[in-house]
Amino acid sequence: MAQLNVNGRVVDVDVEPDTPLLWALRDNLGLTGTKYGCGIAQCGACTVHIDGAAMRSCAVTVKDAAGKKVTTIEGLAPDGRLHKVQQAWIEAQVPQCGYCQTGMIMAVAALLESKPKPSDADIDAAITNICRCGTYARVRKAIHRAAQA
Amino acid sequence: MNAIMPKLSRRVFVVTAAAAGGGFALGFHVPGALRTAHASAKGPEVTAWVVIEPDDTVTIRVARSEMGQGTLTGLCQLVAEELECDWSKVKAEFASTNENIKRKRVWGTMATGGSRGIRDSQTYVRQAGAAAREMLVAAAAARWKVAASECEAQKSLVMHKPSGPTLRYGELAGDAAKLEPPKSVKLKDPKDWKVAGKAVPRLDIPDKVMGRPVFAIDTRLPNMAYAAVKHCPVFGGKAGSVDEAAIKDMKGVLKVVHLGNAVAVVADSYWRAKQAVEKLPVTWAETEKNAKVSSASIREFLKSGLGAENIPLARNDGDAKAELAKAAKIIEAEYEAPFQNHAPMEPQNCTASVTADRVDIWVPTQNSEASAAAAASASGIPLDKIEVHKTMLGGGFGRRGAFQEPVREAVLIAKAAGRPVQLIWSREEDMQHGRYRPVSMSRQRAALAADGLPVAWTFRLSGHSIMASVRPDSIKNGVDLHFLAGLYDGTYAVPNFELSYAMRNTHVPVGFWRAVNSNQNAFYRECFVDELAHAAGQDPYQYRRKMLQHEKGRRDLAVLDAAAKKAEWEKPPAAGVHRGIAVYASYGSYAAGVVEIAMDGGEVKLRRVVIALDSGHVASPDGVVAQIEGSVVWALSATLFGEITIRDGRVEQSNFHDYPMLRLDRMPVVEAVLVPSGGFWGGAGEPAVPPVAPALVNAVFAATGRRIRSLPLTRHGLVKA
Repeated sequence: MAQLNVNGRVVDVDVEPDTPLLWALRDNLGLTGTKYGCGIAQCGACTVHIDGAAMRSCAVTVKDAAGKKVTTIEGLAPDGRLHKVQQAWIEAQVPQCGYCQTGMIMAVAALLESKPKPSDADIDAAITNICRCGTYARVRKAIHRAAQA
Repeated sequence: MNAIMPKLSRRVFVVTAAAAGGGFALGFHVPGALRTAHASAKGPEVTAWVVIEPDDTVTIRVARSEMGQGTLTGLCQLVAEELECDWSKVKAEFASTNENIKRKRVWGTMATGGSRGIRDSQTYVRQAGAAAREMLVAAAAARWKVAASECEAQKSLVMHKPSGPTLRYGELAGDAAKLEPPKSVKLKDPKDWKVAGKAVPRLDIPDKVMGRPVFAIDTRLPNMAYAAVKHCPVFGGKAGSVDEAAIKDMKGVLKVVHLGNAVAVVADSYWRAKQAVEKLPVTWAETEKNAKVSSASIREFLKSGLGAENIPLARNDGDAKAELAKAAKIIEAEYEAPFQNHAPMEPQNCTASVTADRVDIWVPTQNSEASAAAAASASGIPLDKIEVHKTMLGGGFGRRGAFQEPVREAVLIAKAAGRPVQLIWSREEDMQHGRYRPVSMSRQRAALAADGLPVAWTFRLSGHSIMASVRPDSIKNGVDLHFLAGLYDGTYAVPNFELSYAMRNTHVPVGFWRAVNSNQNAFYRECFVDELAHAAGQDPYQYRRKMLQHEKGRRDLAVLDAAAKKAEWEKPPAAGVHRGIAVYASYGSYAAGVVEIAMDGGEVKLRRVVIALDSGHVASPDGVVAQIEGSVVWALSATLFGEITIRDGRVEQSNFHDYPMLRLDRMPVVEAVLVPSGGFWGGAGEPAVPPVAPALVNAVFAATGRRIRSLPLTRHGLVKA
């Protein structure tokens, strides 16, 4: 049993402490917006915020996440509104299949918190998520759009 | 704003609603973008494709799969156009596969591949929209007791033109649904379109940016368990003995299931299942022959096909061999392309619920009827008792149509477990048990006439046929035209041309990988044409123009010109910039590309990719642009890094660290030029892929003087993974 703080709520999850946070979110808490893509921190589909930083939840254990604030895509925009990154994503029509996009959006939201007006070089360095559909051109455009919002 | 709803039975609604809320319901709602299962269409079905609620909400049924390619929105645009409904009131739902089986395929095929989603269904979905409109008009006319010819439909209203009253579609749908559909309808001229052919926001995007459970892997059913699987590493092998005792004490482990070529472990969470299956000792029964196969042995095997005698000719214009025999100078080159894996971001998965008389599956599928058939076969339950709950696909790219192994496995596992089970293949399983793009090689020989153009050309391919296993009946007289996609139809005018294919099938399973055989065929032909242009001392763009001066080359020429114009080919490139060009027709469309690169310390830096596409008509222009952008990335990943290799009979790569993808930092500028010439319907999801690899490789030649004849570029030290 481990205790997590997810999207502002404290919850108990019945898992071994070395379980990746990803699977506790998906299988124990039903927060399926966080996606499994590779399990080895390569693709970024499972990106969440841990104390505000973008982290790949397949490579963070429940034990390491305990006592920290975890935010998933479901908690990104409280009060039934869209986060500015989500809004920019709709305006730029970014997603194709959409599977990687929640992780991408979480990574971008964290980037804009630390660098509100990122340069292209900042974006290249920070956004390393894989999108197999190839939405990168629109991702870049939408990041700049969100930075203006 | 519009929303998408999967077609859900009442029983399913209960569990999905629970899933949407999650274990601790955060359940936020964004006004206007609700995806609520209980809102699935209940109103009158005017035609099988169109359901209209009393509040005027129009639910358009979609039979094809949505895997990111935008077909769902494009099809809705086409129906809405003919229906004359208010686009803001349109919702989409996937048609029920079970009902399609029971209702004599009222929605036609549910397969989605070959860039056919829109082009092969546009006629009947537009007719369905037009028929519904005429029925709504007839219902209004009957109510007013006037002639239907005096009534007009527009924006979800029917108006009696002479006197002016209107009725809403929602008020008429019940009456309209009782009418016989018209026997024939007249479709609009595309030049009069108001919704179709326009850039509209995609219907599926709001749910996707909010992380709503739209994918099969997000399915959560009451009492559902999870399964992880491992397949025999050597293709063609079987699972022998399994030491179940070794994992029986692991927490959460419920059951081990034998699947023939694989073994699965069922547990109360996926992570526990995955750990257990990795630990489970399995003795694999592999054939010695397969276990000895390597990429080097496959290469030798294919090479034997390049010079093989008595291979049937797929095309034989003039007498190429005789012309070559008397030529003073022959240009000859051998090219090769490796296996590629699809690696969609959503790994293979399927959730199955199996009872004594019914099977429900949730699966990312490009062919839900094939999924239903696989479920029926695995369960022994008749087809009309199977429902495939269609979901969004986390990428498809050809992996999820003809091959339904995850369905078979999930049904067998759920049946054995006696409860609903979600089976997920790990990324490693997905990488090592794919249906790979075939390995192939080619040898081309050509002689040039005095004007520099080829007077004779022989083109031999060797490699693994997809059709030999999937549709052997399509191979006529030993010729598999599918393997020769884009090569046998005479794009270039060459008086003496001979084309042949020596089939060399390996033990590695092959399948349809976005743009399929046109990928490597374009690489072979268009790089060789570049070699010919160079040998003739001519500009590669102008050289191609000369070879396209005939009726069959008309549309290729137009896209080639459009790409060259956009890329300003006639002007010399900026200092340090190098360009390559290519043209290729595939999937009923015509595409040309120009790639610009720079070299940085011996490494290729991508700068800009221009693609011109003529797909005839365009249902959804922004969707087509997105498909071009995605096609470019698809092709670049393969050309730069993509390579599945075989050692000891098994795939060497296992995940994205050794099968890398293009990421944002290398993304070039992509410029899409749509030049639809009308008069035909071509595909959009694949045709932009083939020109990219040869245009890039030709740019590498322009930059370095090196002819790269095998891919990927990482093999040649031109790119660091």
